[in-house]
Amino acid sequence: MIISIASGKGGTGKTTVAVNLALSLSSAYVGTIQIIDCDVEEPNAHIFLKPHITKTLPISIPVPRVIEKRCTYCGKCQEVCVYNAIAVIKNSTQNDPLTDSQTSAPGGKVLIFPELCHSCGGCSLFCPEKAIEEVGREIGIIQIGTAGNIEFVDGKLNIGEAMSPPLIRAVKKNITNNKVVIIDAPPGTSCPVIGSIKGSDYCILVTEPTPFGMNDLILAVEVIRKLNIAFGVVINRTDIPTASGQTGYQEVENYCSKENIPVLMRIPFDRKIAESYSKGIPMVEFIPEYITKFIQLFNNIKKSNHK
Amino acid sequence: MKQIVIISGKGGTGKTVITAAFASLVKNKVMVDCDVDAADLHLLLNPKILERHEFKSGKTAVIDGGKCNQCGMCLEVCRFDAITQSSIGSQQSTVTIDPISCEGCGVCSLICPQEAITMKECISGEWFISDTQYGPFVHAKLGIAEENSGKLVTLVRQNAKLIADKENRDIIIIDGSPGIGCPVISSISGIDCALIVTEPTLSGLHDLIRVVELTRHFNVKTFVVINKYDLNTEMAEEIESYCRNNGVALAGKIKYDTAIIEAMVNKKTVIEYSKGEVSQQIKNVWEIIQNELD
Repeated sequence: MIISIASGKGGTGKTTVAVNLALSLSSAYVGTIQIIDCDVEEPNAHIFLKPHITKTLPISIPVPRVIEKRCTYCGKCQEVCVYNAIAVIKNSTQNDPLTDSQTSAPGGKVLIFPELCHSCGGCSLFCPEKAIEEVGREIGIIQIGTAGNIEFVDGKLNIGEAMSPPLIRAVKKNITNNKVVIIDAPPGTSCPVIGSIKGSDYCILVTEPTPFGMNDLILAVEVIRKLNIAFGVVINRTDIPTASGQTGYQEVENYCSKENIPVLMRIPFDRKIAESYSKGIPMVEFIPEYITKFIQLFNNIKKSNHK
Repeated sequence: MKQIVIISGKGGTGKTVITAAFASLVKNKVMVDCDVDAADLHLLLNPKILERHEFKSGKTAVIDGGKCNQCGMCLEVCRFDAITQSSIGSQQSTVTIDPISCEGCGVCSLICPQEAITMKECISGEWFISDTQYGPFVHAKLGIAEENSGKLVTLVRQNAKLIADKENRDIIIIDGSPGIGCPVISSISGIDCALIVTEPTLSGLHDLIRVVELTRHFNVKTFVVINKYDLNTEMAEEIESYCRNNGVALAGKIKYDTAIIEAMVNKKTVIEYSKGEVSQQIKNVWEIIQNELD
């Protein structure tokens, strides 16, 4: 069973829920739990789980390289590439005035912009001269290890690299079927999020009771509904004390009940939780009552999935 | 004209709250929201939309079941696992393309011997030019489960620049997105100054280091502000010493204050809502940045 943890807004507590759910289940559950950190731009699960890394693998994506001696600068590759990652400049003069050679092939240059390439393979597939081969371009690494009896996988995007979805796909290749798999997704609602949560059996959306949390929850719900994944919500930092004594922001609760979205858990604002988070200590380690709560959350998800 | 972007690496550290506060403090500017896939700045600036534009980005493959003869060539060439074929070999076999997985490369449509696949232009979002009490505001909304957020960021920034040039605005203030990937890279290219908002947590520090490496990579002048610093003063000190040891300028520290959430609930910037310490601390941060820009 694959459960992914997502949120529209960042910093609502995705990693907190992912890590503490994994730890709670591993303390009670028979079988192995896998945690997969798909937030390859800013992976944080390792901070809390302190895994023992046993394998580090560089991840590359295929990008084109031109075999100059075969290329006729016909421009087919440029025509095929919708990402503008390849440009062909054909020399206008056909005769070389120095050697006065009539037979020399017209020259040119092929410019490749690897950072724009999506690795679709179109250029090499359609090159009539078979003059394009593919070579690897490293975009990041994945790390595999264990934290107690939790199997741990995360990915780390190279600095300056824009292309995170292929790395997310590489991280997810390590998912083992028939295990309980917990995916920590990146924030937002665009391609890296879709890539992370696609294929999940259930998605937990973590939000906070603020107007920003509300706005981004609605966006996240639209995404999950489009992907047709069953989901529920965890509301983090409820009852934030306000100096002016205003009653708390109720709109997240109202929205969930109106939309028939199950609220799986409410985590009250607690300075102790905030402090332990800041030090990289999972909350279940010093508030053990939460272990039962997270196990119950898991059982509720399982039940709703069997319906 | 100068451009400043507010980014964070880690999400939820307070980018938008601080950006909105700058809206109240800075004169003669254009406000921009480049967090296009979870935009929140409009919730505080209460924009009146003047112009609404479609964001067209790339294409998606669409298959005509009537023309398709289930040869399977498209399946073989698709690198994004976007094409599936049901009941292969049988009469009922159908080929389907998942628009969400499709990256629009068009290879399937070029290879299809039946010309059964066409590339359809897709509208992946909207962008807006709005009027606010703080001046012009350019923002966007990426469509649900859409891609190309980097392109949309670039488009929004280009339009903000046009307005700034036309109206002789001195500064463009950009709210960025979390992370270090595609939209963030688009939001920091050609920028005069980046302000990184962090928080005093191990995750905050870890993510700060990665985003500082990113701004360095692109040679962008960088400032750091530690938000909610009093939630863990030891970690705040650790972040300060990281900044000192790595030559990163600290623009200030901001206290944890529930006035920030109250201001948000009241759809106001914290500067308008509170005359307290937090507002003063944000003012100090702006002064430091202002000095750099002058």
